[in-house]
Amino acid sequence: MNTSDYLALLTALAPEVIVVLTALLVLAVDLLGSQDTPRSYRMSVAAGLTTVGCGGAAVWMLVNSTVGNWHGGMFVVDPLNELVKTVLLLLTVLTAVLSVDAKFTRHCGEYFALLLLATAGMMVLASTEDLLLIFVALELVSLSLYIMVAFDKANRASAEAALKYFLFGGMSAAFLLFGFSLLYGLTGTTHVPRMAYKIFALGPDPLASVALVMVIIGFGFKVAAVPFHLWSPDAYQGAPLPCAAFIASGSKVASFFVFAKVLLLGFSQLGWGGANAAAGGWMPLLSVVAAASMVLGNLAAIRQTSVRRLLAYSAIAHAGYMLVGFLALGGEAFASVLFYVTTYAITTVGAFGVLGVVEAEVGGDSLEDFAGLARRAPVLAVCLMVFLLSLAGIPPLAGFFGKFYLFAAAMTNEAKSLPFLWLIVLGIAMSCVSLYYYLQVLKQAFVVEPDPEARPLAVPFLAHAVTVVLAVTIVLLGCVPGWLLDALHQVIGKQRW
Amino acid sequence: MLAWTIYLSFAGALACLLTPRENPRATRAVAFGTALAGLVCALIGAVQFKPENGLEVITNVRWIPALGIDYSLAADGISVTLVVLTGLAAVAGVLFSWNVEHRTNEFFAYFFALIGGVYGVFLSLDLFLLFVFYEIAIVPKYFLIAIWGSTRRDYAAMKLALYSFIGSGMVLIGMLAAYAVSGAGTFDLAALAHHKFTADFQRWAFPLVFVGFAILAGMWPFHTWAPTGHSAAPTAASMLLAGVVMKLGAYGCLRVAMTLFPEGLKMWQHELAALAVTGIVYGALVALVQKDFKFVIGYSSVSHMGFVLLGLVTLNEIGWSGAVLQMFSHGIIAGLLFGVVGRMVYDRAHTRELDKLEGMGLLKALPFAAVTFVIAGFASMGMPGFSGFAAELQVLIGAWHAFPKLAILAGIGIVVGVVYTLKTTAKVFFPDRAPGEVHAAHEQGEHELEPISIPERLGAALLILCTVLIGLHPRLLLDLIVPSFKSPLFEGLRKVAGL
Repeated sequence: MNTSDYLALLTALAPEVIVVLTALLVLAVDLLGSQDTPRSYRMSVAAGLTTVGCGGAAVWMLVNSTVGNWHGGMFVVDPLNELVKTVLLLLTVLTAVLSVDAKFTRHCGEYFALLLLATAGMMVLASTEDLLLIFVALELVSLSLYIMVAFDKANRASAEAALKYFLFGGMSAAFLLFGFSLLYGLTGTTHVPRMAYKIFALGPDPLASVALVMVIIGFGFKVAAVPFHLWSPDAYQGAPLPCAAFIASGSKVASFFVFAKVLLLGFSQLGWGGANAAAGGWMPLLSVVAAASMVLGNLAAIRQTSVRRLLAYSAIAHAGYMLVGFLALGGEAFASVLFYVTTYAITTVGAFGVLGVVEAEVGGDSLEDFAGLARRAPVLAVCLMVFLLSLAGIPPLAGFFGKFYLFAAAMTNEAKSLPFLWLIVLGIAMSCVSLYYYLQVLKQAFVVEPDPEARPLAVPFLAHAVTVVLAVTIVLLGCVPGWLLDALHQVIGKQRW
Repeated sequence: MLAWTIYLSFAGALACLLTPRENPRATRAVAFGTALAGLVCALIGAVQFKPENGLEVITNVRWIPALGIDYSLAADGISVTLVVLTGLAAVAGVLFSWNVEHRTNEFFAYFFALIGGVYGVFLSLDLFLLFVFYEIAIVPKYFLIAIWGSTRRDYAAMKLALYSFIGSGMVLIGMLAAYAVSGAGTFDLAALAHHKFTADFQRWAFPLVFVGFAILAGMWPFHTWAPTGHSAAPTAASMLLAGVVMKLGAYGCLRVAMTLFPEGLKMWQHELAALAVTGIVYGALVALVQKDFKFVIGYSSVSHMGFVLLGLVTLNEIGWSGAVLQMFSHGIIAGLLFGVVGRMVYDRAHTRELDKLEGMGLLKALPFAAVTFVIAGFASMGMPGFSGFAAELQVLIGAWHAFPKLAILAGIGIVVGVVYTLKTTAKVFFPDRAPGEVHAAHEQGEHELEPISIPERLGAALLILCTVLIGLHPRLLLDLIVPSFKSPLFEGLRKVAGL
């Protein structure tokens, strides 16, 4: 390979390079320049640099929207990837802003550097169609997140959560790698679209089914679908708050995107399984995982008294809904899952933002800590209502349209026989269950009167601004879903479907 | 003009929320203005409306082209009738909640968010839009009951919210399936009504959607949210729940389930009629033995909504127009009854137990309440001259054509209705205890009931005027309602009914 090739690759990778350089810069500035300054100042500087770096990467993508494919699908840039990467950068910035007022660490530089490294990993994850690079990028994301979960060193729960997350994550990586190796052995390629073609040419093969199961297990861990969800409630509860928000948002978006890519592109011919009974397809398998996630996530959430755990179980349920969207197949599946996961991520970050303020001011995340929030912080309470009702799927909020579109897409696939009707019925029934526990939180915030001695909460300006902006976004995306939907359809239309 | 009712209500909700918490008077003024403006819009729209045009499209804007969803509002005589009803209920609701001092601004914000959703449902032509408005109405109901309610408000509020949400979930499934199966890529009700769904599909889709909506209309055996919800709710919310929210369900049955799947209605006609009549008789019998004043009215609502459902499934025009007229009539009368029970009596006597009320000498203390309740009671039991008579008579005639045996049973329901209304009236306002006992109760200091205020008098007068007006001159509404069934939307339904 000659120099110009490297240069071209570097140009294509520029957004990722910018993010990595920002990570190094943040580290350097914090370690070299500002060890003696107060923590809030260091946090602000690091968060500011992060924002500038991510903004720079996003602007670069906007200005130089090169489209191309390097090293046979090792690195791909197309409008769809760029849209996903922009969303990821946005979520990183939001996480960084939420971290500014956090008090869990003195190692500001390291924390933000890890956040940015995880982001870089997610961006590569979004941009590759090669199994090898998918695995490497996934490891970069996971390793950064393990450390971030453990960052609250004074807190035992944080360490426990990190260990659990690490052990489960390591296990899932092993499954994934095993699946990938089988696929490589079977098809002789690591390039996902070529692999799809080879699997099709090969015909029904038990080995392909084994590989499929391994891949679904591996990604099932990443997206916290039942029965691979056990790490998530503990990780959500023990992790420092901004980090939990990032796992719930950025990591979800990237994992779902790459999962959809591998499954919908790579195994597109193996949906139903062939006539040969030995080779089952992924659609029945995924239906079962989706159904289990929706049922268990929603039912377990009812019993939670900690809002963080409640959000964790609701995240499991939402993963179930999104897996239903996969069954729409093709471009519709991509569009519906991406719409859902994007709005879900924005909503969750907002909910965590409110949760962060409550934890900092009231001192806990149990349901009772939200008592009388409507009196103590009215704006924040209204935002919380928007976020939770959006998660429950109440119109006119974005979560409603997301769910509606997911189910409509899954329903329209093979509309003659409606094969997924049972799954959609289950999903809608479970949404009704979810309204119950979201209303439990809102009941505390709006119905229960606060302690007579309770003072209004001192809400930091940034937290206020972020939650309000996010709530407005959710309302707008719910009223005019066309903005995001048309953009998604446009970029997906340019793909192979 | 009609569309403004929706926008005004949502704007009013926001305006109420923004009025200062310490100044309930300002909130009340804004609320009353909003409700009145909504009513005026509705009335102007009704006067301008030409029934012979059938379905009049008000707005039609592309909303989400990718899924074939339009923001399209349209009105026919049925919608206009119910929009006017909503306007009346909103004004009366504000008048009857003049005494809300606790978090007044929030109260009226939820109140108008609910009203806006209701107006929206009655005016939507796009199925998706209708569903959006239908669900918007759920959350405010929850908070209205949970924050300002009385007996077991947590339980009642959650029950109502979950019942509504489950009902709308059933509707959503049917709606998505219809969208997928039709393959037309549109949620336009008129277009979907023209698509002929297969009989097998209609066999399961129709009951799903019909029952989904009918849950909110209080259909037996899914009615249990209604008595608990009505009695826990603050007065204005009970008035809205019984007055218009239950009509949302009935309207959905008519506008969505019946127009999309007419053959399904034919298949399930007898089963649904049996459920409706069970509701009529059961509601009336249970009302007979209640000890709580509000529960009596709550169960009477279940009974009267049974007439609406019975009228809908008769598959003949007189039954349908009777059902719509009954929606209007019950909306007015239930509002009046809840106004008397919740606001005039309970807010003053602080008890709703019939046995305790008996000893309070309410006839002397609150003569206005007594007169209003007697009038409302007459209207409710279907005395000629009030709107209930015209409506229930039509439903019974329609039912007689379709299922004579059930019609007789429904007639028995009316008789029981007379009994419990008279019994309750007598017990609360005309107790046959010795005067001395009444005096004894008086001397215990219970005669300090504050007099009926002017807003209450105005609200009661407005509703009484409406029920008498429609009772004496039902043509006023029937001329609006009957031509509506000629519109293309009901073509399939008419064909199945053999009209």
